[in-house]
Amino acid sequence: MAQTLAAFSTVPLRRPDRPGLLPAMIFLVLALIPAAATLGPQSYLLGLFTRVMVFAIAAMALDFISGYGGLVSFGHAAFVGIGAYVVGILGAHGITDMLVSLPAALLASAIFAYLTGTVCMRTKSVYFIMITLAFGQMAYFIAGSLAPYGGDDGLTIRLRSTLLAFPFLQNDRTLYYFVLLCLFLAYLMFRAIVYSRFGRVFRGARENPTRMATLGFDVFRFQRVGYVIAGAVGGLAGFLLANATEFVSPAYMSWQRSGELIIMVLFGGIGSLHGAIVGAAGYLLIEEILSGITEQWKLIFGPLLVLVVLFARGGLLGLAGAMRERLARGRPRA
Amino acid sequence: MVDPVLEISDLRKNFGGLVVTDGVTLDIGRGELHAVIGPNGAGKTTLINQISGLITPAAGTIRFNGADITGLPANKRAELGLARSFQITSVLPRFSALENVALAVQARIGTSYRFFARADCEQPFNEAAIAALAEVGLAGREHTLAEHLSHGEKRALELAMALAMQPKLLLLDEPMAGTGHEESARLIDVLRQLKGRFSMLLVEHDMNAVFALADRISVLTHGRILASGAPHAVRTDPKVVAAYLGEEME
Repeated sequence: MAQTLAAFSTVPLRRPDRPGLLPAMIFLVLALIPAAATLGPQSYLLGLFTRVMVFAIAAMALDFISGYGGLVSFGHAAFVGIGAYVVGILGAHGITDMLVSLPAALLASAIFAYLTGTVCMRTKSVYFIMITLAFGQMAYFIAGSLAPYGGDDGLTIRLRSTLLAFPFLQNDRTLYYFVLLCLFLAYLMFRAIVYSRFGRVFRGARENPTRMATLGFDVFRFQRVGYVIAGAVGGLAGFLLANATEFVSPAYMSWQRSGELIIMVLFGGIGSLHGAIVGAAGYLLIEEILSGITEQWKLIFGPLLVLVVLFARGGLLGLAGAMRERLARGRPRA
Repeated sequence: MVDPVLEISDLRKNFGGLVVTDGVTLDIGRGELHAVIGPNGAGKTTLINQISGLITPAAGTIRFNGADITGLPANKRAELGLARSFQITSVLPRFSALENVALAVQARIGTSYRFFARADCEQPFNEAAIAALAEVGLAGREHTLAEHLSHGEKRALELAMALAMQPKLLLLDEPMAGTGHEESARLIDVLRQLKGRFSMLLVEHDMNAVFALADRISVLTHGRILASGAPHAVRTDPKVVAAYLGEEME
């Protein structure tokens, strides 16, 4: 087996299965942020990076289906919103225990993914994008019509999720670490899936679905399973988002949110998983910095995004890789 | 034919007003290599697409090992042991040659609903895949990405993927298409090795290959079987000479 693996490393192309040290470094930095935050505006920094990690989870799920499965969903925010609404609605009825609300959030998003996926998977490429967008908007308008739960105004969550009556997420720092743990587990899970038997079929279905069918794979079912996994993880992000913001609103499911998730994936580097973390951090931090300077921050962010997509195929990760290669060749910058 | 692997009867298919399969009836015996030849546009690929399940026929039946498979989707037919290659190379470009074939093995043995252990380290898959690659002359190319293989190597890879399925019937859609003289000679050798071990339906333009390999030849023109029989009989059939071989041999 060692021989097999050694042979793999001689393949000349940058293989997607060699993430290297970068993911470990990313998680190390994220683990150290609470300590570093004590030196600055602590609660602001903790809140900001909690948000970054929550969106990183959602973006990672999107990267899994789009980067590895070729299923570019424009309705991914719906899963996040559904997860968040489960927390809000259960909370409104006095159920705050996460042993109930967390599985419920995952399940609700997974069911939504299964039902919509059954329809969406019948279409391809642009049609797939449009139909996922349509389902996303459907979820958005349904949430807005939930009059008992705040309608368009949303719903305040009075108490963060508890664990066996213990309010363990009440502390911002604990919440931060809990979100970090979820992000880490999601990353490990997706990385394992991508290389597993299932993942190989899922990736193959993106490369050449006809060929996969003639090999004997029911492409539709495999893609739907992948879609359900991504939906459930989107629900996890929603569960965490509701707890982080102590608020849920239909805006969580708007198509702009879905678009932001796609931007995060592209910005970080599609088809890499940890790129989604970099993308979410890049997007939210730039938003935070630029919006402090000017209200029209998107005027600056837009062109920046265009530059990254044009000149750094593979997003920020691709850019970092290209620079590393230059340094490794020892060539001074031309 | 006693107990054929494949029986097609009165198969019909049209794309709008264009009739592409016009009452085709043919069968393939166990271990037989049945070649289908015919000019471009005769409906050879459409026929293979209907047998492999990528296109639904308008009428007629397809029986495979005695069971009616006319309504089955492609993946179910593959599960039953029907493998095919494509005229226009159809592999997974960003998978290594080994992984392309290992996937075919994975489809045949073991569930694919495993989510955690690494698939590329599974020895049973890899060993079977390496054997299939060696059989088509791709030993040593296991870890090359399919998109980096030469055209002839891609043709061989297609064949290896089909072989790894250990099929009961191999549908080969112009396996020599676009290959150079040397490569096609090598592929003919490979096919000669496979002859007898697998039942095969071979669609091919290379007449050297067809007459060297086929047990039986059917000539397809305008979606119809013009003639069918042993190679020497077909070769001298005046209808065939007029319709097809004549112009080819000029």
